[in-house]
Amino acid sequence: MSVVRVEGVRKSYGALEVLKGVSMQVERGEVVAIIGRSGSGKSTLLRCLNGLEPIQAGRIEVAGHTLDSSGKGLRDLRKDVGIVFQSYNLFPHLKVGENIMLAPRVVLGCSRAEARARAEQTLAQVGLAEKIEAWPDNLSGGQAQRVAIARSLAMQPKVMLFDEVTSALDPELTGEVLATLEGLAQAGMTMLLVTHEMAFARRVAHRTVFMHQGLLHEEGPSEALFSAPRTAELRQFLSGGLK
Amino acid sequence: MIREFGTSELWFVVSSARWTLALTLIALGLGGVLGFVIALARVSRLAPLRWLAAGWIGLVQGVPVLMLLFLSYYGLSLAGLDLPPLVAAGISLSFYASGFLGEIWRGCIQSVPWQQWEASAALALSRAQQYRYVVLPQAVRIAVPPTVGFIVQLVKNTSIVSIIGVVELARAGHLVNNATFQPMRVFCVVALVYFCICWPISLAARWLERRMHVGRAG
Amino acid sequence: MAFEFQFQPVLAQSEVLLDGLYLTLELAGTGIVLGGLLGTLLAVLRGVVPALRWPIGVYVEVVRNTPFLVQLFIVYLGLPEAGLRMSAEQAAVITMTLNLGAYATEIVRAGLESVHKSQIEAGLSLALTRWQVFRHVVLGPALARVWPSLSSQFVLMLLSSSVFSFISVQELSGAASNVEQDTFRSFETYIVITVLYLAMAMALRVVLAVLGRVMFAAPVRAR
Ligand SMILES: Nc1ncnc2c1ncn2[C@@H]1O[C@H](COP(=O)(O)OP(=O)(O)O)[C@@H](O)[C@H]1O
Ligand SMILES: [Mg+2]
Repeated sequence: MSVVRVEGVRKSYGALEVLKGVSMQVERGEVVAIIGRSGSGKSTLLRCLNGLEPIQAGRIEVAGHTLDSSGKGLRDLRKDVGIVFQSYNLFPHLKVGENIMLAPRVVLGCSRAEARARAEQTLAQVGLAEKIEAWPDNLSGGQAQRVAIARSLAMQPKVMLFDEVTSALDPELTGEVLATLEGLAQAGMTMLLVTHEMAFARRVAHRTVFMHQGLLHEEGPSEALFSAPRTAELRQFLSGGLK
Repeated sequence: MIREFGTSELWFVVSSARWTLALTLIALGLGGVLGFVIALARVSRLAPLRWLAAGWIGLVQGVPVLMLLFLSYYGLSLAGLDLPPLVAAGISLSFYASGFLGEIWRGCIQSVPWQQWEASAALALSRAQQYRYVVLPQAVRIAVPPTVGFIVQLVKNTSIVSIIGVVELARAGHLVNNATFQPMRVFCVVALVYFCICWPISLAARWLERRMHVGRAG
Repeated sequence: MAFEFQFQPVLAQSEVLLDGLYLTLELAGTGIVLGGLLGTLLAVLRGVVPALRWPIGVYVEVVRNTPFLVQLFIVYLGLPEAGLRMSAEQAAVITMTLNLGAYATEIVRAGLESVHKSQIEAGLSLALTRWQVFRHVVLGPALARVWPSLSSQFVLMLLSSSVFSFISVQELSGAASNVEQDTFRSFETYIVITVLYLAMAMALRVVLAVLGRVMFAAPVRAR
């Protein structure tokens, strides 16, 4: 059964149509990379999957929750779908541990002890167990991004969405975040990740999707897609080095 | 009988400062609650609420405090509430404070980056939970210096309610002047008492402001 | 016993009200111009003459931490004791000038401090005289930058002029108490007056915005 099922999704900002009828499916445990030029609608697609943007047409089914243009059932869906952004967006007034414990406590109603256990466990998973009492301001970019990932994981989501999570980082810090993502993939997490790290997508993602002008232009097993692109647009994208 | 401006007169003036302070606290309390509601309404997703709040802020900030005082004084009495002057004064100053605090706090709420709303929405927090746990705690930090600064305006504007007979500092000065005919001495003392209340608050506001900017940079 | 609004008696006194309105505009207009000039002058002086920094600072702090009303009493009731006699209107203008002058000093000072040294050096390197540099590179941009803050302060001053009724000046609030006593329609009177103040405040904001456009035509970005 598919964990993510997207059917004919259209999304416009005013007169600008950004998603022009997107359909895709993601199976449980699958890792799917989304690549494409800047402005092709990658972020918008992820944001729609989490219900952060209302859609004008089509249907989105994620982890058993259905989203349509009415926007009902958003919060239930978000409990099962984690999203991590390019800018980490940690809560600056809360310590690392409290950042992670907040949603399990107030949304899921976990006890303090249970939330604390989740924070310890997810921080260990991203390799930052010792930072539980640290303030977000005192973390490096790579550490902050890993905390943001831990914060999403603490909700025990069925799907994780990542939107260019390494793009804001200095090159020497991307490695630690990519390693965290790879660890998650190996642990069997269902993941959709928008990325410009082509080598990473090719190696880690089971499948890669190329978005072009608001549509899924080409998709296939990562190795095949990168080694033998079928469409001219993808060939140009992969060779041009243009983002 | 003309009296000298002696220690008992001085004491009368100084001790009447308690009503100035009482009015300030009442206005800060009531006006703070009302101002908080207005700030929230001002950033609400419901357009009519936003308009209502904007209208209230525009009214309070576009009209002399004296008019707010008369309007609430006569308005409330027409509504059948025969209020003692002190209460009417407290209410009108609360209206005044609500308009300014509402606007100050709106700015503070809106200066919390929108990404904080988004990140907390993505974690399935409800709108109320977003306010309670993520946005307001950050807005409060930003709000402290300008709020303290506004208290100085509030203290000074309590002088206006002297016109309906509340014997706070300004009114006390007036009464003593009528008895002593030494206006220079009397009103300089009155001014000095106001200064002793306001200046430390001004300094505190400036210190808080500076400290926050230093905190930001660090 | 429902209250019935009766505006006719109040509006019948429109002549008194308009006289009051006119006097308010006259007093506030004078005070705003003089206070604005005084503030600009002091802000510049405290930068140029270090010895004046301290006394100007004291003046600013004293004015900003005492009520306008008490300042008015000191000028109108206190100064005659020292031999300085004046009409209530004169006292009103003097108090307003001194009060607004202090706020404006502080605002313009902030504007002046926001002009970078490098810009002054650039001006001098273009062979402008010191005065030309000051006028075009320092003061102009500084005023342009703080014009919104100054404008808000001017509007506050207009509204504060209502306390002149405390010393029996027949400006708008003073006229109101006359109308109120003649008509016995207090609430209606103050509703009408409130509307007039609102209209004046709005009009002043528009005028100041237009004036800002004209005087500081170059687009200025807030820092
Ligand atoms: N909030 C918004 N309002 C208006 N236009 C938007 C908004 N967000 C994105 N867009 C537009 O939608 C298009 C797709 O954006 P996005 O999904 O962010 O692209 P990508 O992530 O692939 O770079 C772009 O043209 C962008 O300008
Ligand atoms: Mg993007």
